[in-house]
Amino acid sequence: MKKKGIYTKKVIEHFSHPHNMGKMKNPDGIGKVGNVVCGDVMWLYIKVGKNKKGQEIIKDVKFETFGCVAAIATSSVITDLVHGKSLEEALEFSKEEIVKKLGGLPPIKLHCSVLATDALFEAIYDYLRKQKREIPEKLLKAHQRIEKEKKELKKRYKKWMKIEERIRKK
Amino acid sequence: MSKKIENIYLDYAATTPVDQRVLKVMEPYFSEKFGNTMSLHSFGQEAKAALEESREVVAKLMGAKAQEIIFTSSATESNNLALKGIALANQERGRHIIISNIEHPCVIESAKWLEKQGFEITRLKVNKFGLVNPEDVKKAIKKETILISIMHANNEIGTIQPIEQIGKVIKNETSKLKSKIYFHTDAVQTFGKIPVNVQKLGIDLMTVSAHKMYGPKGVGALYIKEGTKIIPLLHGGGHEMGLRSSTVNVAGIVGFAQACKLAKKEMEKEIKRLTKLREKIVQGVLKRIPGSHLNGHPRLRLPNNVHFWFEGVEGESLVIQLDLMGIAVSTGSACSSEKLEPSHVLLAIGLKPEQAHGSLRISLGRQTKESEVNYFLKVLPEVIKKLRKISPFKK
Repeated sequence: MKKKGIYTKKVIEHFSHPHNMGKMKNPDGIGKVGNVVCGDVMWLYIKVGKNKKGQEIIKDVKFETFGCVAAIATSSVITDLVHGKSLEEALEFSKEEIVKKLGGLPPIKLHCSVLATDALFEAIYDYLRKQKREIPEKLLKAHQRIEKEKKELKKRYKKWMKIEERIRKK
Repeated sequence: MSKKIENIYLDYAATTPVDQRVLKVMEPYFSEKFGNTMSLHSFGQEAKAALEESREVVAKLMGAKAQEIIFTSSATESNNLALKGIALANQERGRHIIISNIEHPCVIESAKWLEKQGFEITRLKVNKFGLVNPEDVKKAIKKETILISIMHANNEIGTIQPIEQIGKVIKNETSKLKSKIYFHTDAVQTFGKIPVNVQKLGIDLMTVSAHKMYGPKGVGALYIKEGTKIIPLLHGGGHEMGLRSSTVNVAGIVGFAQACKLAKKEMEKEIKRLTKLREKIVQGVLKRIPGSHLNGHPRLRLPNNVHFWFEGVEGESLVIQLDLMGIAVSTGSACSSEKLEPSHVLLAIGLKPEQAHGSLRISLGRQTKESEVNYFLKVLPEVIKKLRKISPFKK
């Protein structure tokens, strides 16, 4: 695929004109992932409805992202990919689909696609939790992993805080 | 959004185009005057004459003698030679070296390598403007100190160090301790841009580079004061007074000398012109963009360097979006680095990682026109507004 610098044309298209961008009023679920210290923060909002078969589907989806080109492009593309999909289908979603849709990502940016799927899983988790519904094993595991990673980031943030204090004292 | 109008290069601190006048004098040295400076025949002697003439020109621009200049392949090589060459040659007197914590990676990594070989490294902190305090240098010196390396101006934030004062401190301490402490400065960002005189600065070694001042890539030099004890990194045929064996890159060196001549002629005028454009950008950005902050020192900075950080914007996105609008600039954001870590310089001046993420360096040069600065000032607020709109942290 044609590239503009380190990114494919498709990545740049999504970055320049992101789809489904902005805040959602009264969402059914929100997934907030990432950490500003590391550079990327992604918030994904979903509204859940039902299709003709009576399955629950993602009726609407929006995102807000602070971060690099890859983070913005993966946010945009995941909203395209899951729009109208059933919750079950969405839970089967893999980061490879995002990378494929974008015509590839530089290896160092692959973690951005993980961030996007994490945001989606967290949004569905948030929805099911609010509805006091049973949470599938796979989703629960994903949620626990994300929480654990968040804690680790906080630890790393602490280290930065110490550096900062030291500089301030000087 | 404004329409993309043209390609505007505002990244002269990364590299500069070769000046057409430089290219012209280099050309004969590729196919016509191609001799090896070590050959005795007329082809060789023609090349040798060009090399020695160039050495004089480069030396003159920094107030040095011709025999005090060693040509290298890059500033990275010069810095490696300065640190390792001095350390290894003088280790019987002591194994302590002082650097600042905002040096270029080639100085930081050379020091780290020496640390692994058993040398002790002191890394001096800088204040919020990126300035090294000469008093801190004095405090860090001990009887084992053999080398101090402090850069002249920082490549990211543009802060110019008080090298002359530091030089005086080192001279005083050297005579008190009766043991020579060598003083090296990496002058890559200042040489050819502002007056640099090795006598006035009181230094023993100085690194310079051609491609940062409209000369070709692949050519650097190291000033080594007469009487300095140093060993080479490259052993071989004994080129460059035995300090740097390698067949000499005559075309590149001739280009470097021509770049020095042009710099000397145009420097005074360029400093005035670029400082004016720099101030226009600083004032324009701070006025037009809420949540914008200037990094580095407001006055003690390179005439061609502007450095900001913006709240709620990530630097890589900013650089790519500006590139799409035809403007080439650079960032110290973690997302743009290979290690996914923010710039060590920005952390050293007290920026938090999330603030360093929103950093932007604009560096001006010989071809920068006022109309380009105006276009930049028009486009930047639009781009930042757009990126902030995507972000969840909008106010």
